[in-house]
Amino acid sequence: MSSKRGAAALQPPPAPPDAVPPFAAGPLSITRLSEGTGVTRQAITRHLHALGRVGLVRHARRGRERVWDLNRKRLEKAKQYLDHIAAQWDDAAERLRAFVEDKRGEQR
Amino acid sequence: MAVNTPAPNDTVSTDRIEKRVVLRASRTRVWRALTNAAEFGTWFRVKLEGAFAAGRPIRGRMAIPGYEHVTLELLVERIDPERYFAYRWHPYAVAPGVDYSAEPTTLVEFTLEDTEGGTALTIVESGFDRIPLTRRAEAFRMNDNGWTGQIKHLAKYVE
Repeated sequence: MSSKRGAAALQPPPAPPDAVPPFAAGPLSITRLSEGTGVTRQAITRHLHALGRVGLVRHARRGRERVWDLNRKRLEKAKQYLDHIAAQWDDAAERLRAFVEDKRGEQR
Repeated sequence: MAVNTPAPNDTVSTDRIEKRVVLRASRTRVWRALTNAAEFGTWFRVKLEGAFAAGRPIRGRMAIPGYEHVTLELLVERIDPERYFAYRWHPYAVAPGVDYSAEPTTLVEFTLEDTEGGTALTIVESGFDRIPLTRRAEAFRMNDNGWTGQIKHLAKYVE
């Protein structure tokens, strides 16, 4: 859809350090994760271990292969961090408003 | 099952927060509230020592109940009179006993424009993608216990 492309063009480029592999369909092996990405298995393994250390992904055995999946709860928390900081700014902006719009705002 | 449909949030930047407010005050008035360290401290609730100067750090203790143990340090990036003010800091650096100094900072930018009825202020904080995820998760855990209550507390001051 063209509107989607337009919106994407306005977004800053995605940052690589926190890039999350596509687990939308559930747990995946490293082989599957590397398919069609042009990224080496080694690089993907390294990313998965880094994400695993902070609890954002976890792995399990499925038959003979190891599969990786997102820890969605943890990921959600990382996102909520931004929401909380945004709420702090809302709050600070309202205190600033009280301060500049109302003489009583200067009391303390 | 719509497993492959990304949530709307997926297209939202995780790197920056942007707020725009219109204040019923002159640009000069808002500028002073932002860049006079004592005035900034009044509404932001921090007791800053000294004045803002480009390229210089400024420190101060938070004056929010429950956060008095926190010393804020801002590194002023740029001051363009009555138009643009920017500093760097460590976002939500409130964990007692943690040295954040080696960690990445975020950039906070205030931009002022004249608008009908007052001054449009845009606040942008960016650089969150460089903040370690562990730190974000920790901050959230602290938020769970502290911040929700603080917001309610603060609301009383503003009213």
